[in-house]
Formats: sequence, C-alpha cells, structure tokens
Amino acid sequence: MTARLTPFWTFVAWLATLAFFAPVAWMVLTSFHQEADAATNPPTPFAPLTFDQYKLLFSRDITPFLLNSVMASVISTLLVLALAVPAAYALSIKPVEKWTDVMFFFLSTKFLPAIAALLPVYLIVKDAGMLDNVWTLIVLYTAMNLPIAVWMMRSFLAEVPKEILEAAEVDGAGLLTVLWRVVAPVAMPGLAATSLICFIFSWNEFMFAVNLTATQASTAPVFLVGFITNEGLFLARLCAAATLVSLPVLIAGFAAQDKLVRGLSLGAVK
Amino acid sequence: MTTLTAPPKTAPPPARTRKSSGTAARWKRRIPLLPALVFTIVVTQLPFVATLVISTFQWNILKPGDRHFVGLSNFTFVFTDERLRTAVLNTVVLTASVVIISVILGLGLAMLLDRRFVGRGLARTLLIAPFLVMPVAAALLWKHAIYNPDYGLLNGTLNAVYRLFGAENGPTVDWISSFPMPAVVVSLVWQWTPFMMLILLAGLQAQPGDVLEAARMDGATALQTFRHITLPHLRQYIELGVLLGTIYVVQTFDAVYTITQGGPGSQTTNLPYEIYLTMFRKYEYGEAAAAGVVVVLGAFVIATFALRTIASLFREEVAR
Repeated sequence: MTARLTPFWTFVAWLATLAFFAPVAWMVLTSFHQEADAATNPPTPFAPLTFDQYKLLFSRDITPFLLNSVMASVISTLLVLALAVPAAYALSIKPVEKWTDVMFFFLSTKFLPAIAALLPVYLIVKDAGMLDNVWTLIVLYTAMNLPIAVWMMRSFLAEVPKEILEAAEVDGAGLLTVLWRVVAPVAMPGLAATSLICFIFSWNEFMFAVNLTATQASTAPVFLVGFITNEGLFLARLCAAATLVSLPVLIAGFAAQDKLVRGLSLGAVK
Repeated sequence: MTTLTAPPKTAPPPARTRKSSGTAARWKRRIPLLPALVFTIVVTQLPFVATLVISTFQWNILKPGDRHFVGLSNFTFVFTDERLRTAVLNTVVLTASVVIISVILGLGLAMLLDRRFVGRGLARTLLIAPFLVMPVAAALLWKHAIYNPDYGLLNGTLNAVYRLFGAENGPTVDWISSFPMPAVVVSLVWQWTPFMMLILLAGLQAQPGDVLEAARMDGATALQTFRHITLPHLRQYIELGVLLGTIYVVQTFDAVYTITQGGPGSQTTNLPYEIYLTMFRKYEYGEAAAAGVVVVLGAFVIATFALRTIASLFREEVAR
C-alpha cells in the first residue's frame, strides 16, 4: 500500500512541479503573444493572446524544415524497427550462441561520443556527395537508435511465454502462425514504445543535422538556430517555433510515459 | 566508435550437445541478427578506424599540399594544448555538476511522487515535460526568454518584485556573461532532472512493500528506513542514472553551441564544442581526430562502469 503525502508535502510537491514546468508554460504563453508584449520588463503574462506568430512561422517557410524532420525521423525509425525486430528475435526467442556478448556489443556502440565520429563521417559524406541530403541523416539516426531498439525489443520479446511457444511448436504451428498468434500480441506495445523513443531521439538530434546539412536537408532544430541569426531576435516568434518543434515529442513522450523509462534505461529498468 | 566488449566469436563452436545444433541450424538462427550487426559495424566502427588513422596526420585543409604522417605528435599537442586542457576541465565540471544536481533533485521528486497526493498523475506528466522539449529549443528558451538581461523572465520577475516593494527598478543582471557555466548547468539540470526522477521512481516502485511494512512494524523512523532500506535498494538505480546521465551529458553540444558558444573566452568550451571548433573553425583535422580519440578513451572508462552496472541488472532480469 502506498502512503499518502501530508498536506505540507503535497504543497511542496506541487511547488516543485510548477517550478519545473514554469519555463515550458512561459514558452507556450509567450508564443501566443504579440512581439511588443513578449519582450517587456516586468513581464506581462496577461497580454492579449494571438495566433499571429504561428501564422508568421508558416509564411516564413518552416514547412520544408518540418518535412525534413518528419522524413528523417519516420524513415529512420522504420529502418530501425526493420533491423532491430529480427535481431531481437535472434537474441531472445531463438537465441544465437553468445547472445549476451552481441547485446553488449550493440550497447557499447551507444556509449561512444558521436562527436568523435563527426570528422570521418563528414569527410566520407562529403566525398560521396551526400552532404545536405536527408538520407545521410536517416542512415546516421538509424545507427544511433539501433542499439536502443535492440535492447528494448529484446526486453519485450523476452516476456513472450516460453511454454506457449513450445506448445505451439509441438502442435505443429508454422513460424508465421507462431509469430502472429503468440509473439505479436506481446510485442506490439513494445514495438509502439520503441518507435516512439527512436522518433524522439531522431527528431531532437542537432549535432549531425547542423554540421552535415546546409539548405536542402536541414531539420527543425537547425531552423531554430538559423532563424535567430538570420532574422535577429523575435522572442514571441522564437517561442512559437520552439513550441511547434517540441510539440510532436511532447505528445509522443506523454503517450509513451509508462514506457519512457524503459527505453531511456535501454530496457534495464521496467 | 568502437567495441567495448569482445565481439561474438565465429571461431570453433562449443561441443555439440544435440545433432540439430549443427552448422546449418546455427546459421539459421544467426540470419535475423546479421543485417543489424553488419549495419552497426559498418556505420559505427569504420568511422572510428578512420578517426584513428586521421589522428596520425598533419592535415589542415587550409594548407592543401601539406598532408603527411606525423605519428603521435597530434596527441602530444592534445595533451599539452592549453585550450584543450581547459576544455577537459570544463567538461568535467559541467558533467559532474549537472549529473550530481539532477540526481539529488530527481531523488527528491521521485520520493514525493512515490506517495499518493492530489493530482499525482498530472504532476508526473508536467514534470517530464522539460525532458521532452527539444534540447536546442530549451537552450534558446533559457538564453533569450529567461536569461536575457533586458526582458528575460529572471530579471523581469526580479524587477516586478522590487517594484512591488516600492523600489524604482530591479537589478539588471547579465546572467550569461556574469555566470556562464552556472547558466549552462542550470538549463541542463532542468532538462535532466526528469530523466533521473523517472529512473529513481521506477526504482522506488520496485521496492518490496513487505520489507518497508516490517521496518515500520519494528518501529523504524522514516529516516532510518530511508538510510538502511530505501537507499541500499536504490543504489543500483542511482548508479544507472549517474552513468547514463554522464554518458549523455559528456556529449553536450546543443546547449553550449546555443547558449554561450563556449564563451566568454573559453570559459564554457567543453570537449565536443572544442572538437567542433578545431574541425570547422581551425580546420585542423589531425588535431580534431586526436582529440576525438582522447574523448573516446574517456568515454571508454565511464562506459566500462556503466556496462558493469547494466550487466548486473541484466543478469538479474535474465535469471528471473
């Protein structure tokens, strides 16, 4: 049985929560203000609300950046799943010998700083004429998320009851039947959670995006920093842009709340 | 990038126990694994080999004809260069402060959220929001909407409070130039505390209830229960949070690039940002590669500990 907080500690908990949430709330609120009301001192939180900043953003061509982001994150997530699901199957349901070593190999690639790979990746991509190309980002994001996906999917597939699998095989059920009837129902929530986590990481990625793209393939985070330097500072519009680009991840994250910790800890914590 | 653990051996198979585990059967099991394995090796290991090779060259693209093998002299440079030493120190300070502060705050929040209270679900949802805001967006938000000396929320609120008490004007603090490192640290702590909270909350909720009940029956105080039961139980979750946090925060690029550009001077230049500058501002490829190798070796040390912790959690899970 979980104990209850006393009124005092409930107050503390809510105070802390609101303190952490305040910058997000401020960002969203400012995005609905006019520029003149956004950059005031002292702040004017009760200024009239408007959609103008969002309208301006779309008239200033945020759309291609958003489309690049969608393309890079969605396609890389699909590729990750296509590679990770069979791999996770070979690491849990029908494990290869030394499968734990393979798991730790995948994990170890995640622990190496991406910055150390930037130079060779930049040189190779430049040589191949693939600078400023969304597919370059897709390949890199796939590699970046694959270890997480393998670990997560394995932890989900490991929950498929062994007895039922064996019983199905004894009964002479074919591989496809087993996959569809026994594995899929257990694996589906895991698949959804894994895709959301991979989507979040690709969507937010900045370092490769800013260094390997120029004009054609730039993603949403590159738009954010670029629009500051190109247009000077417009606080309300900046907040609108920041809110807009964060929205998909906020939605995905809230939807995957229960599975978030499992993904972030690579399946180590349930 | 490279391996930290031995790759799977393709050498002699162990003694066969059953006829069905013959070569063909073993390959049949391996097939689903191969695409992912090959892809990972090609995309993550080969660039690292290239980094190693480049790190032994004198190579500045501003001096095109002058690319030649120099052995380990780039490493001599890396270990003696003042800027790089500053960057290493900054990286340690930045990472340690962010991780330690967010673990402590995360633990506090997790302990509150482990109890029932009005609106607990909503509070949890609101608390993870900072972690979900795009890091670049968060950095820009802190820089312009919060730290800005003229109209940022911090000075604005100070001003409003001062006026409330009859003063003419509040102080005008230029937060980023006056406190560059704390400014970066605070924005990162804000993003990473929810991460720590989630991991520690999962740990608290995995705590066996009967042990806590027994402690209560035996008349243990809340503090005793926390010190002798909760904290030891949480230890591996804290370790996991610290290690994963360290691995991610060591790589911080977005916040430094956006909030301070490593400045003023090189006061907030961390290793990733310094490597970026060496590559794209100084065009010293050899030096950048050597610094990259050093970063990888540093990460290797942290990762060895991280892998050990994850391996112990993993063994528990497999054994279950």
